[in-house]
Parts: sequence; structure tokens; C-alpha cells
Amino acid sequence: MAEGELKYFIFLGCAIPYRVSAYEISTRKVMEKLGVKLEEMPEFNCCGLPMDPVSHEMMVLLAARNLCIAEEKNMSIIALCPGCAGTLNKVNIMLKNDKKLREEINEYLKLDDLEFKGTIEVKHLIQVLNDDVGLEKIRGAVKKSLKGLKVAEHNGCHVLRPKEYMGFDDPEDPKVLKALIEVTGAECLDYVDEAQCCGAPTAGINDKIPLQLSREKLTNIRDVGAQALITICPFCHMMFETNQMRIERMFNEKFGIPTIHYPQLLGLALGLSPEELALDELRVKPTEQLKQIGM
Amino acid sequence: MLEATKTEQKAVLKITYPKFKYEISKIPGAEKIMLCFQCGTCTSDCPVARFSGVYRPRQIIRMTQLGLKERVLKSETLWLCASCFTCTDNCPQDVKVADVIRVLKNLAVKEGYVPPVFKVLASGILDTGYAYRIPEMRIKKREELGLPPLPKGNPQSLAKLAERIDFKKLLEAKSEQNG
Repeated sequence: MAEGELKYFIFLGCAIPYRVSAYEISTRKVMEKLGVKLEEMPEFNCCGLPMDPVSHEMMVLLAARNLCIAEEKNMSIIALCPGCAGTLNKVNIMLKNDKKLREEINEYLKLDDLEFKGTIEVKHLIQVLNDDVGLEKIRGAVKKSLKGLKVAEHNGCHVLRPKEYMGFDDPEDPKVLKALIEVTGAECLDYVDEAQCCGAPTAGINDKIPLQLSREKLTNIRDVGAQALITICPFCHMMFETNQMRIERMFNEKFGIPTIHYPQLLGLALGLSPEELALDELRVKPTEQLKQIGM
Repeated sequence: MLEATKTEQKAVLKITYPKFKYEISKIPGAEKIMLCFQCGTCTSDCPVARFSGVYRPRQIIRMTQLGLKERVLKSETLWLCASCFTCTDNCPQDVKVADVIRVLKNLAVKEGYVPPVFKVLASGILDTGYAYRIPEMRIKKREELGLPPLPKGNPQSLAKLAERIDFKKLLEAKSEQNG
């Protein structure tokens, strides 16, 4: 890798190619603008998180396979989904620190001619932006300040917790995404229970609790007068955006809060157009908000 | 699936497996279960418990400590955990509550209690690499949008791994879950 060049394997996960392509499209556009190179994984399987409740061992193996594949090309991973970032990062640390577990897992991976060596890192998109690209560089690349726009953020659990593994931000009072939002000129408002779960992981088990959780968050966000909600997780985005009208019908109230992937917001500030950032894919249209910032 | 009914709470306390907690505490993630002194931080901080009438992480830990193995493993409430890890991060005794619940879910699966959603996800992963089967339409759309092709899964190698750990066997539900 050339001095100062930032290059990663982009780990899309399963939910993004399935339903949330605007997040991928806007991430690729923004990274190109910031000079970060993204390469495709030569081979992919699910990070393992969805299988953890069934078999922890399977989860570790699925994650380890991805890590080995990236290790073979000596590339660190940038994951867009906090679930993938959290899982791959956790297993990476577990295998790096626990010799016995590493030997056990490598015994299985031999079947595939793979071996975990512990030579790469896994980061979520906002970690790369904050730690590797840096706020100063991003600030310098802003072409159009989003000053006047008031938004709220929602991180998603696995980018923050468990703290033992993620640890780059305070899970109770997260600040990294806020700082990344404020670099664009937009104001990021505080609200009640900012770090609370959106409910998505229980969606396959229960059809009411996840919507109740999302509704509570949307209510708290509306109460402080945020004009939009900024997310960095495909699952949280589906809860707040794809399901927003369903929540409105279920509880008979109106939210109308556009829920925007962070790279879409950043992209606008970097001078990219709403079309390039796939903003038209949103169901709750940010028409007023775009008008306000002169688009 | 619905939440557990009230009958579960009224069931007679029947300790079926007094050594359950020792068995559990040997499994990675659940080592500290005995340290739980029932302060209730986990339940009071749990986002799911706010809206569920039955999901109570503290209660799950206590039932496990008591040895109510069947009640814990058969209960649907176990599966309401969203794995947000708030309980794990906030536990003053460092019990790693979410990991204990994951250990219990894994055991429940071994006993044959698997919510159907996991079978769907597992078959997607084993067949395609992806937990959700990406529709052909999406793959075409990627091309139109100029996005790179999706990396392929490796079903042969996943099948080998799955076989080594008897993964497929786990997914054959053998027993009915309690309501």
C-alpha cells in the first residue's frame, strides 16, 4: 500500500444488497470523493451474526472465513453494517487473543486451506471516516455547507456494543457520528434515549415490539424538532424508513421524518447530487430539506 | 409467534436440574452466571422489556441459577432478546447477560427448539453465502446502476464446515416450544 493510501475490502453483508442499496451507492460515491479505495471481497459469506443464537461455533466459523479471505490479500475490511462490523471485529479480536480458540477454529478451516493469522483489522464506515480519513480532511472536502439543517442521529447497537470489543465510542453517549454530521455544517440535536435499540433484531420473532421501539425513537426525535434522522445501519434504516408508514398506520400518528444514510448526507456536503446519492430511493422524501439547502 | 402466555408464569416451580448453572458456567460467555445477585440492572435497561410483558433478562438468569432448565430452554421469551448488549455493558457484576442468553439459546436449539426464522436464514447462508436470497432483479439492477457484481458465496466449503460441526442437525426441530 502506498504511503497514506487508504484501501479496504468493502464488506456489504446481506441486508444491503437485499434491500438497502442506496447505502452502498452513497458510500461508494463518498469514498471515491475522499480518495478511499474500495475493493470487492474475492468471496463472501454472511458475517455469522444471524447464526449466533443457533450456534456460536458456526458464527465464529463464518466470521473467521471472511477474515481469512481478506488476510490472504492483506486487506483490512470496511463494513457498512454495524452487525457485520461488530461480529467480524469481535471474532477477529477473540481469535487474535485466544490461542486455544484459534487453534480449534484453524483445525476446521484447514478443510478449506484457510488459516487465521490475525493480520488485518475490521472497521465500520464511521470508524474509517473518523479515524483513518479524519475530520479535518472531510471538513476540507466540504463544498456545500448544510448549515441550518437540524438532524438527529441513530448509531445502531453493534457499532457501539459490547464496549469490550467495539470501544471506539461511548455507547451511552456516542459522539463520533455526531461529529461526522456536524462536519457537514448540519446541526445534530440531542434527544431522549439516543443509544436505544431500534428493535430490528426481534422482527423475526415478534411483530409488535420492534415497531413499538422504533415508534418511541421516532417520537423522541420528532419532539426535539429534528428535520431528518441519520442512520449508519441497514436494519435500523429499514425500521425507521421502510417501516415508517407502517408505524404511522399502526399507531395512527404522523411522523414524516426522512431517514437518511449518513453517506448520503455527507455526499450532499461534498457536492454530490441527490440523484448520485440515490436519495430518490427513500420512501419518506426529504423534499423540503433539500429545498432548504438549495437543492 | 406470540409472546409467552400467563400460564408460564403461573407454572409450578419445579427444579428439574439443580446442576444446570454449573453446566452453563463452563460454556464460554456464561462463565460468570453465578455472580448475578439479581440487582435488576439488565431488566431495567432492556429496551425489549419496556414493551414486552414477559421478557425479563433478570428472570432468565435466576431461573437458570435455580435449575429450571426445561422452563428456560422451552420458553419463547428467550428469543425476544435483541442482542443489543445494553445489559452486558451495564451489568455491575460483569455477568455478560446477553452472552448467557445466547448460550441458553444455543442449548435450546440443541434440545430442538428453533424458531423458524433461523432455518430460513441458515438455508440462505448455506446455499448462497447470503442470509437473504438476493433476487435476480436486484442483481440486474446492480448492473444497471454500474455497481460491481456481488461477491459469490462458496456453498461447497460452507457445507463441509457445517458438516464438521453437525450444524444441519441442529436445525431439525424436534420439540414444540412452549407458548
